[in-house]
Amino acid sequence: METIYLDHAATTPIDPAVIEAMLPLMSDVFGNPSSVHSYGRKARQSLDEARRTIAQRIHAHEKEVTFTSGGTEADNLALIGTALANKDRGKHIITTVQEHHATLHTAEYLEREGFEVTYLPVDENGVIKVEDVREALTAETILVSVMYVNNETGTIQPIQEIGDLLKEHQAYFHTDAVQAFGLLEIDVKKMGIDLLTATAHKINGPKGIGLLYAGKHVKLQPLAYGGEQERKRRPGTENVANVVGFQKAVELRTNKEAEYRNLYQAYKELFIQTLQEEGIAFEVNGKLENTIPSIINISFPHMNVESLLVNFDLNGVAASSGSACTAGSIEPSHVLVAMYGANNERTKNAVRFSFGSANTKENVKEAAERVAGIVKRMMKNR
Amino acid sequence: MIYLDNSATTKPHPEVVKSFHHVSERFFPNPSSIHQLGGEAEQLLIAAKGQAAELLDVQQSEVIFTSGGTEGNNLAIKGIALQYRQRGKHIIISEVEHPSVYEACQSLEELGFEITYLPVNQDGKVSINDVEASIREDTILISIMHVNNETGTIQPIEAIGSIARRYPKLFFHVDAVQGFGKVPLQIQNWGIDLCTISGHKLHGMKGTGLLYVRDGIKLFPLFHGGQQENGKRAGTENLPGIISLVKAMRLIKEREMSDSDKLQALGQALRCGLDKLHTVRINTPQNGAAPHIMNFSVPGFKPEVIIHALGEKDIFISTKSACSSKRMNGSRILEAAGLSEVLSRSALRVSMSYDTTIDEVNAFLRAIETAIYQLKDVMR
Repeated sequence: METIYLDHAATTPIDPAVIEAMLPLMSDVFGNPSSVHSYGRKARQSLDEARRTIAQRIHAHEKEVTFTSGGTEADNLALIGTALANKDRGKHIITTVQEHHATLHTAEYLEREGFEVTYLPVDENGVIKVEDVREALTAETILVSVMYVNNETGTIQPIQEIGDLLKEHQAYFHTDAVQAFGLLEIDVKKMGIDLLTATAHKINGPKGIGLLYAGKHVKLQPLAYGGEQERKRRPGTENVANVVGFQKAVELRTNKEAEYRNLYQAYKELFIQTLQEEGIAFEVNGKLENTIPSIINISFPHMNVESLLVNFDLNGVAASSGSACTAGSIEPSHVLVAMYGANNERTKNAVRFSFGSANTKENVKEAAERVAGIVKRMMKNR
Repeated sequence: MIYLDNSATTKPHPEVVKSFHHVSERFFPNPSSIHQLGGEAEQLLIAAKGQAAELLDVQQSEVIFTSGGTEGNNLAIKGIALQYRQRGKHIIISEVEHPSVYEACQSLEELGFEITYLPVNQDGKVSINDVEASIREDTILISIMHVNNETGTIQPIEAIGSIARRYPKLFFHVDAVQGFGKVPLQIQNWGIDLCTISGHKLHGMKGTGLLYVRDGIKLFPLFHGGQQENGKRAGTENLPGIISLVKAMRLIKEREMSDSDKLQALGQALRCGLDKLHTVRINTPQNGAAPHIMNFSVPGFKPEVIIHALGEKDIFISTKSACSSKRMNGSRILEAAGLSEVLSRSALRVSMSYDTTIDEVNAFLRAIETAIYQLKDVMR
């Protein structure tokens, strides 16, 4: 039985065209971009071109894009980097209870370093209130970090509105756009975003490469020290092949965001429709209209998430309980707890299905049928 | 094309690229995912870790995969400093460390740490007596590189390790980025607690590396987030990169076994050839240096001009380390070894690989002789 992959929010298959684009950087153009000879200069050209292309996708200037080893590093750089560089202006940071652990654990670290962090709640749909941000702001606030799309529920946050609100405030606005980048159009200038995290492996690019956009005006202290690469914001020999792979992954989606959204939306609707037709009980976590097409989070009443996932897996459906980074131990999801409270049954019976390049209408339908079959069987054996 | 800048970066081995390609296609899932596909990726990750550990003769649990040498050095230094700052705030390094060690320590000075920068002799080597004499009650870390990236000088790691062992409160970190696979290093036997390796210096891919961390040592993380890499390094594992790194490590270890003498002979030929050029002064010591790096000065000549002249003939060498090549002033490393500004500003570096041939070395020697001759009137 062929396994159907419904875990694209954890990672995506690399596109063959991305690998093809990377290979010359490992044979002909392998130089160190910092070297002054032609081998170095050629590598530098590839790097610069990729940076321009990717910067354009978010309407940023190329000098505002810093390549990192991935989303986690970029989130850490955004939070620690701005906090330490701007503590003379205040030591208050605002974020939300449902951020990715790369943000949450970093915020907790900054608390131990003497910063004050406000964790905004979310409503039962998993959305934060702009009003709450306004109320939490003080003269001491130096950073607001709100993820663009939640990685477990797919809920889209009011980024434009927060950006508008913060235009009149000294605080920088950081958004972790790992799940949004490549699927939702992003204009950092128009949206008032000062810092933005994205990663390649969620959009069919290579692993080990991400970026932090930081506007020209943003004061940032590096996490690591060494060479002068990435305008001293991120030292270390540039991973040119991965950067070019990232560029290719971005190019493959350029001006196709709507097309991808429509396709994944169709998958999502087909998945729900099939579950409904099969007549099993389920509840969508989050407000369907306000979630990104690629992610759906579903609770199965009276079920237990661990046995659900094990049985899905045995029957060739690869899904997850939440973020892969926390999936090792299935604790109740901090995102669902934030939405429904710790004792709500929904926090213990929810599964995330995420759609992407490994899917077709046929295998999505097939996966939904397998899921329904398993749930029916488990209901019977309860 | 004659590429003699292997200390800046190396050409990935075709087998390494193949590994990367294969794993990218075949094992894309996230190793942290609990489904079987994630499980397969995790199995591969564990196997890779086991193989890396075997190549280093250490335990599997002691290997942390990183994004490269700079991250490895920063994680080691900041990780120890911040984790053990209650124990003391004194760190010992040398004047000739790579910027990723040197500047990581400078950043710690701002946090109240005190750094002792050990001097080096004219060979670029630290003195064991200096190491011992600078150890204090509050010393928590000694970080000394194995092979210097500009001069090739080998530091007395084994001796420093045996000193460090007598002070159980301090840790010993070695930046082995330039030496791995070229100069023997025994992590376990020499009392090394942490050791940095970078993939792209050994025909692996850029963006790959590892940090050895002896069991029982806690590190304050550089990145917070998921629990990957025993909680020491958050972020989705770059599995294709990791597998390709282990492949590169294995391949260079094989070359070290089979081709060490050849590399040594090439180094000698290079030295003899340069020695004959009267305008050239060799900065890499005759004894106690790695076989693949040769640093020399051509006083009175701007190094960029020579590099350019050689580039015209498709021969690629460098000035100092690529990481500091934007600095227009002299080399910190050579100045620490007591070289005059004239020599330090006119320094060039040739760095070879196991694939370098004697014909390439001879072609380089002819080319630089011609270049010096032709540029003589222009430059003087």
